[in-house]
Amino acid sequence: MSFLQILWFILIAVLWSGFLFLEGYDFGVGMQFAFNARNQKDRQALYEAIGPNWDANEVWLLTAGGATFAAFPYWYASLFSGFYLLLFIVLMALIYRGVSFEFREHMPTIQGTQLWERLIALSSFIAPFFLGMIFTAMVSGMPMDAKGNISAGFFDYVTPFTLVGGVAVALMSYVHGLNYTRLRIDGDLRVRALTQLKVLYPLLLAGEALFAVLLFFYTDFLQTKTLWTLLILVAIVVTTLLGWYLAIAKTKEGVPFVLSGLTLVEVVVLLFVGMFPRVMVAADPLHSLKIINASSSPYTLKVMTIVVLTALPITLAYQIWSFWVFRKRIVADKVVE
Amino acid sequence: MVALVGILDLARFQFAMTTIFHFFFVPMSIGLAVVVALMETLYVIKKDETYKKMTQFWGKIFLLSFAVGVVTGIIQEFQFGMNWSEYSRYVGDIFGAPLAIEALVAFFAESTFIGLWSFTWDRFKPAIHLIFIWVVAFASSISALWILAANSFMQNPVGYAIDNHMGRAELKSFGALLTNKQLWIEFPHVLVGTFVTGGFIVAGMAAFKLLKLKKGDKQIDFFRKSINVALVVALVGVGGALITGDQHAFELQSMQPMKYAAMEGVDTTLDASKRTDKAQPWSLISVTNPATHRVIAKIEIPYALSILGNHSLTGGKTTGTTELEKQFEKKYGKTTDGIKNYYVPENTLFYSFRVMAMGAGLLGLVAVVALWFNRKKSNLILSQRWFLWIMGVMTFFPFVVNTAGWLVTELGRFPWVVYGLMTIADAVSPNVSAASLLISNIVYFLTFAALGGVMIWLSRRVLHAGPDAEEEAEASPRDPYEHLSGSEVEA
Repeated sequence: MSFLQILWFILIAVLWSGFLFLEGYDFGVGMQFAFNARNQKDRQALYEAIGPNWDANEVWLLTAGGATFAAFPYWYASLFSGFYLLLFIVLMALIYRGVSFEFREHMPTIQGTQLWERLIALSSFIAPFFLGMIFTAMVSGMPMDAKGNISAGFFDYVTPFTLVGGVAVALMSYVHGLNYTRLRIDGDLRVRALTQLKVLYPLLLAGEALFAVLLFFYTDFLQTKTLWTLLILVAIVVTTLLGWYLAIAKTKEGVPFVLSGLTLVEVVVLLFVGMFPRVMVAADPLHSLKIINASSSPYTLKVMTIVVLTALPITLAYQIWSFWVFRKRIVADKVVE
Repeated sequence: MVALVGILDLARFQFAMTTIFHFFFVPMSIGLAVVVALMETLYVIKKDETYKKMTQFWGKIFLLSFAVGVVTGIIQEFQFGMNWSEYSRYVGDIFGAPLAIEALVAFFAESTFIGLWSFTWDRFKPAIHLIFIWVVAFASSISALWILAANSFMQNPVGYAIDNHMGRAELKSFGALLTNKQLWIEFPHVLVGTFVTGGFIVAGMAAFKLLKLKKGDKQIDFFRKSINVALVVALVGVGGALITGDQHAFELQSMQPMKYAAMEGVDTTLDASKRTDKAQPWSLISVTNPATHRVIAKIEIPYALSILGNHSLTGGKTTGTTELEKQFEKKYGKTTDGIKNYYVPENTLFYSFRVMAMGAGLLGLVAVVALWFNRKKSNLILSQRWFLWIMGVMTFFPFVVNTAGWLVTELGRFPWVVYGLMTIADAVSPNVSAASLLISNIVYFLTFAALGGVMIWLSRRVLHAGPDAEEEAEASPRDPYEHLSGSEVEA
């Protein structure tokens, strides 16, 4: 493995992390269209809290996909064709979610607006749930030939482990979204978010414990990288505990938001560390796709490294600036349609 | 083998469907971004509130088209891996880079600044706010540059070498990818095409509105001014499209002669020097028998192909499709997997090309007449209602023209996915089942039909409400949600 190959493996983990940290909260806010909002003013407030940024947040996913294509074409080909229907469902969710944000505003009746808002809530759950399934299935060893073509059946994709993985990512996103609501919105939404968190934090911890147990049975992480896997699992639990404590006992808002985003990042770290030096885990260990032979040529990696190192700082600068512009708290009662 | 053909057809259908639908909204949103940015520029320069209202009103249509464009674009980036995994493996070393760069340098800027633009009307000085929409317009044009760099590689592969050990094509020169001759005729052509699209959507919708407005309505001035801004953009676009299109066709003769020959309906080689008039005639109408690949009927205009293809009254030579077929068979072998020959769908190319080229001419004509009718001293635009109808219908016409253009480009590289390097049949994912493809095709189709329908319906509503809708709503004391309190409206 060359330095650039490892760098790009890390960069792709960074892009997925950025995606889940950012889009994670707007998935969570999207779900609140159904589970936290009580009236149209609430829903308008939820929309305005993520309106300026959700699209840019989603570009992290596109960049992660594009970067995988550019840096690891064999990984991209194998992953995207192998998880065809799951990815298709994610795509449909993202399509309906994206247009719903725009369409809801122009509807002639409140019933019409609410139709799109229900779609926002539903698709905001479906997308992280199925992404969670894909992530966990990807590391649990799929039936794959030597070329990396997956030929899997229903019960390869749907296992207790992938279901828990899907629920975990969706729930983490929801908790992250509630923390975001507390940080960005004032009024009843903020109060109810805290009430919900009181129930959800213990539930999330239980889910994480179950996930850790299933991880032992469905992956080789704990056998091959015992120390690292345990360390990251502990980190996930500690981060959640700390978020729980600070959010509920200390009623802090900023730090718990960062911490709930961090748990999503830690999941990415867990999967990438566990996979290393593979990029796709096959049921037959000989067929696993490895960094060393899944990547692009050294020249392409060099070009892409130069481009990313130039463009990413600029991108981050204006994205952070944009978050700073929209830092003001939204008051649901003052929202005008 | 039978199953594989099924998969191939389904995957091709899906690529065509998703790309065509996506490309309805790409030129629409890029073009509208330019028109809207121009309107806001006029507002900043002239400090005339009408232009601010104009920016915000057409901005709504722009945001609608942008939303559909973005979400259908995600499919594009994913489907290379989903449906064309062999392709992704073979050319991913080259093809992935522009896609990743597109997301990194264009999509991020586009989406961030569109958020800033649509949510900060009251927060920034007009001149600063103006920068946001220009960043959006510029970034979306740049996204077109990168995706066309990728497409240009498929049309005219450059800067690569085959690595036999890895069994794939590898990038040898990133510079060559960016200086690809195909890119620099394709990108300007697409860009000016977006101007035409954006311009005619605004002008056509405004024409529909003018048909509805009663004499003396204060909105008339608003929509007449909108037409002027929009059609200036459109006219620049048409002019550019004709120039770049002519250049494009000229270069095709050497780059993709089969595509060119089919576009012009030339089956047997047409050599001007061997003809009595020393010139190549141009077919206005031509019918090719798809089984024999022979032209069975045509109507010709003398000299015209020499003028178009040779840029002179006489001379030039167009190699016919039948001769090219023999050359290709010799060069690439008799048959490739699943495909019998190197012919392209002649009739589709021939007529798509004419729809595109003549369509552009027609749009140019309408734009000129409309600008003349709409000049300050004249009221012709209002009195000539038949012409407003034509303008209204023209709202939809750029979509036909754009699609025809892509049909020529993409069907014209048949049977290649990367010209001369890899066939479409070799590119498809071997492990995706026909059932998966069938399901996704049906759901995509229904989704696109729904999105397209809602898009048109909502655009009509925005138009019907008119530019003063917001003001009136704000002026009225009634809060639309006031009567709904607490848990009454539990969803």
